[in-house]
This record gives sequence, C-alpha cells and structure tokens, in this order.
Amino acid sequence: MDAGLLAQFVANGLMLGMMYALVAVGFTLFFGVLDVIKFSHGDVLTVGTFAGFSTFLGLKAIGVANPWVQVAAVMLIACGAMAILGALIARYLVMPLKGAPALNVLLITLMLGTVLRESVRLFFPDGANPKPFPKLLPTDALALGSFTLRLDSAILFVAGLAVIVAIHLLINRTKLGLAIRAVAQDEETAKIMGINFTLIVLATFALGSAVAAFAGVMNGLYYNEINFGMGLLLGVIGFSAAIIGGLGNIYGAILGGFLFAALQTVGAVALPFASAYKDVFAFAVVIVLMTIWPTGLIAEKTSERV
Amino acid sequence: MAPVPSSISPSDTAWPAFVAIAAATLFTVVFMWAETEAHVFAVIAAGAACAWAARRFGVYARAARIFAAREQVLDWGAIAGMLMLLAAFHEEHFPLLMTATVLLYIVACLGLNIQFGYAGVLNFAAAAFFGVGGYTAAVLVRHTAIPHPIVLLIGGAMAALIGLFLVLPVLRTRGHYSAVITIAFAILFRTFLEVNDTLGGPQGLKLPALQVFGWNFNRNFEIAGIGLSFYVNYVLLALALAAVAFALTRRLERSWIGLTLDAVRLDETAAACFGVHLARWKALSFTFGNFMIGVAGAVYALMLGFIAPSNFTFGDSLIMVSIILLGGIGNPWGVVLASAIVVVLPEKLQLIQEYRFILYATMVILVLLFRPEGLLPRRLRVYFPGWSPSPK
Repeated sequence: MDAGLLAQFVANGLMLGMMYALVAVGFTLFFGVLDVIKFSHGDVLTVGTFAGFSTFLGLKAIGVANPWVQVAAVMLIACGAMAILGALIARYLVMPLKGAPALNVLLITLMLGTVLRESVRLFFPDGANPKPFPKLLPTDALALGSFTLRLDSAILFVAGLAVIVAIHLLINRTKLGLAIRAVAQDEETAKIMGINFTLIVLATFALGSAVAAFAGVMNGLYYNEINFGMGLLLGVIGFSAAIIGGLGNIYGAILGGFLFAALQTVGAVALPFASAYKDVFAFAVVIVLMTIWPTGLIAEKTSERV
Repeated sequence: MAPVPSSISPSDTAWPAFVAIAAATLFTVVFMWAETEAHVFAVIAAGAACAWAARRFGVYARAARIFAAREQVLDWGAIAGMLMLLAAFHEEHFPLLMTATVLLYIVACLGLNIQFGYAGVLNFAAAAFFGVGGYTAAVLVRHTAIPHPIVLLIGGAMAALIGLFLVLPVLRTRGHYSAVITIAFAILFRTFLEVNDTLGGPQGLKLPALQVFGWNFNRNFEIAGIGLSFYVNYVLLALALAAVAFALTRRLERSWIGLTLDAVRLDETAAACFGVHLARWKALSFTFGNFMIGVAGAVYALMLGFIAPSNFTFGDSLIMVSIILLGGIGNPWGVVLASAIVVVLPEKLQLIQEYRFILYATMVILVLLFRPEGLLPRRLRVYFPGWSPSPK
C-alpha cells in the first residue's frame, strides 16, 4: 500500500475518531455528575442533526444563501436546541430516578432514545428515508500524490479539535468547570460548599447534548447524508468509547473515540476478510478490551463503599 | 413487594378463581375475534370495566388469594384456557400464529427473566440469542438430516455456547460496563448476519417444515371430520414448551438455587461473604437463560419458515427487556401477561403497528416513572403457610 492511500485512511480515521470522541465526552460528562448512563445521547444527536437540517431548509426558504451564515445558524440552532432538550431530559427523566437502581436510568433513557428515534422517523416529513445533507463548506481539494485533503474535512477536524480544547478549558479553567468537577467528586460536599447541584447537573447535560448535536451536524456535513438511525450506532460507539477509556474521565473518552475509529479503520483496511466486517471486528475488540480492562483503560478511581 | 395473603379462610370458595380464569379466556377469545378497530377498542373497554368491577367487589382479591395459596389452580386453569382458545380458533391461521408467537416469547422472556430477574445479569442481546437459535435451526434443517426435535435442542445449546463466549466479559465487568458488552454483542450479531452471505445476508434464509416422527407440522389436518389449521401443531408445541419453561422457572425460583440467585442479585458482597460463588451462579443462570431463549428462537424460525436479520435487531432485544419490566421483574406470571400484551396488541391494532416501538418505549418510561415494580410485582417468598413478612 502506498503512503498516499495510507494517509487517506488515517485522515478518514481521524475524522471518525473526532466524532466518536465528541459523543463519548457527553457520556462521560453525564456519568461524572450523576453516575448515570444517558443512553438517549445518540438519538439526541439525531434530533440535533435534523434540527440543523430543518434550519437549513428554513434559511433556504427565506432566501439566505451565504453558506457561512447557513453553517453558523445550523450549528447554533442545533446545539442550542439540544442543550435545552438535554437539560429537560435531565430534569424530568433522569433526576427523578436519582435514588433508583442504575439499571432503571439506563432503561428509561434507552426507551427515550427509541421515542426520539421513532419520532424522527414517523413525524419528520418522509423521515423514514435518508436525507441529503447540504455541502455547506468549501469543497476545494488539496492533492498530494494519491492523497486528497478536502478543505471541508480539514475545517471540520479543526472545529472538532477547537470544541475539545474548549471543553478542556471550560472544565479546568472556569468556575462552572470547577463546580462540575466538585459535583462529580462528591455531591454532598459540593452542596455544602454552596454549589447549586441541580443547576450544575442541568448545565452539564446541556453541555454534553450540545456537543452531541455538534458531532451530528459534523457527521452530516462530512457524509452529506443523514437518517433517523444514525444516532443509534454513533451512540453505541460513543458509549463503548467512553467505557473503553474509563467512565468519568474526559481524556479517556477522547482516547476511546480515536481508538474505536482506529479499530474500524484497521478492520476495513488491514484485515484479510471483507471490509463489511469492520463493525463486527471493532465491537469484538471492544468486548475483548473490556474483558482485559473491566473498568476501562484509564480506570475509575473511586472505590466501592460497602 | 406486597406481602402474600397466603391464608385462605374456610369461608373462601373456589368459584372466584374459576370465574377469573373463565373471564380471562373469554376476554382473550373475543379480543382475538374482534376485527375492526372500533370493536377492538370496545372489547378493551369492556374488559377494563369488568376488571374494575371485579376489583371493586372483591372478586379479584379473593381470586388472588386462592391463586396465591394454590397456584396449581392458576397453572392448570391457564393451560385449560389456552386449549379453549385453540378450540375456538382451530381453523384460523392468524390468531393461532399470534398465540404461538406469544407462547414462544414467553419461553424466551422466562429465560431472560432468569438472567435478569433472578441473578441480576444484564442481557441486552436477547433477540441476538433468539436469532442464534433460529439460524442454527435453519442451517441444520437445510443441510443435515438431524431429527428436528434434536435440532431444536441444538439451537438452544448453540445459543448457550455462544453465550459462553460472553460469560467471561460479563463476569469481569459490572453495571454499565457489563451492559455495553451485551449491547455490543447485539449489534455485532446483526451486522454479522447482514454481511454474511452463507447465512443469506439481508435476505435471510427459508426453512422447510418442522417434522416430528414423520408428522409434518405444516400440513392442515382433520380430527373426527373437523378441519384444523396447521398452526395448531405449533401452538401445541409452543404451549408444551411454555409449560415446561414455566414449571422450570417456578421450581428454580422456589428452590435454594432461586434463593442463592436472589442473594447474588441483591447484594454481591454479602452473598460472597456467606460463601456463595458469584461467578458460578451468574454464569449458570446466563447460560441456562440463553438456552431457553435459543430453543424458543429455533421453534420460532421453523414456525415462520423464513428468518432474516431484521427479526433480531437491538430494538427487538429491547422489546424483550420491556416485557420483563412491564410484567414485573422476576414474576413469571408478569412475563406471561406482558408477552401477551406486547405481542398481540400491535397485531390487533393495525393503526398502531407502525407506532409500536414508540408506544412500548413510552409505556416502559411511564412504568419506570410511576410503577417501577411492573404490572404484576413479584411477591416476597413465603417460607411457611400462613406466614407473612409484615403483620398487618
């Protein structure tokens, strides 16, 4: 295999990894503050992408043609709407079950995910079929031998990186981030210190869901096609990535996201059997990894109290 | 969990129990008969009104007391009710197909119940194990001359065997980490089926008729001049399987094994301190549950005569989990009731067929929020006749 083709695969893998990492960060954030898995995360991503798509259709209808304005509006509305949806889910479905077994929260959010997914399928006009997502970013390509770098991919990758850096700064450098970390470490002590627990939880869910919407729109812009089931697989992969990395650890989630993308790419390229088996291979490796490191590569630091 | 009203006073007669069974059978028959949506809704409304009246006038409580004290009345009553249902629909293909499907779902969900409800082992890949059973049966029936009853058992064994590959990861991980193992497997399995050409890919496989000792299950037959639909065969087979599965589950629950599994689920640390081998019991219940799911899947595949990957999606696994939850975790009768509701309702209401996933999902969310113990909550164990855990 020549270097150009290899670079192409690496570039695709990095792009996938960025999306997975963004989804995984959401899972790990939620787990950090509430110790719950919000499984509807992937479907929130779908709803966010469709919200972005609707925004695009709306802008086109009122005659806004500048692609940069369109991208900005699509991102803004998708992220904003999902931030609100995420906070609502936290307030009315996840927080009421705070004392219940963890399984119940997992189930209720799984089912909510189904409701969201089916709602998109049934109630979005012709929602059962894939929709062409517009190419809003410049598609100029830079050719280096057999390796082509498309400008839109580069922009998306840099934007994704910026989001990750922004989350890192938010968590580590701001007062809100400090509060989130405090709640994640010890809810009761955080409350005693005067932190508004409910507000922080809602803010965290809003943040995670907005990031998911970002990843969804990114996915749409990259593949130029969206469908109602896109979030299910992305959600499961994001969850697996967060788990491989170790729940509650943001850097673990990012690592897990890129690792999963690497597995898929390797599965598609380097293995002897057909590339159609790439997901089978990736999930099989996830199961093996979980067997070797049952609490993820960067293990959770909390110990169980009896 | 509500304490069991386990004592029956001499003044109690058995009639409320028989009335309850007869009424439930009658309701099911009429419900299955109803053709238009208006009729179906009318039947549901009438049934709800009767149920309310029964509760209001104490018939329900008395029937429940009798059932709790002498469960055989309910067991045999349910079987008699099923046979009456069979008699009522002996010529109709579709209601019989539905009945058999419900019974097979009961078998599969009882298996899931052992994993989920007793040992507390999460399994979000029930439909995948169902599919393992189905595909094993399909391959064996198409390519080998193994007698079909043995094929059904091999279907279950294969599901158990594939489950064994997951035992180690499932045992080593806990909680959320363990959930991801089975979810990953569910998705892996479906993707594998879709891309594997020898297993038919997305188009699936066709199966020939089930034959037991030369008896072809796919042929209509006559007894004493009365024509019977060939689905009668499958309903009887499924009923036998369901009865065996139910009896097994009940025995298991009541035995010291059930007690051990309860301990494992409720408090691992305490159970381990009392010398319970956690890994052994979890592995055992996971394997046994998968076996039951696999057998049900094998019969299901042979009954339909055709299987495809779209029968065994992650969504279907979730439906099975919903059945356990709706019915009340750990209660076999809950599984029976919830399977019937979840399988039959969308078939009768074509209007909601399209909306079934969203409907169940909403139903489970509501149950979790407002009645987390399910429709028929599991009761506390009764160790001695007349003993009640909290004096009231």
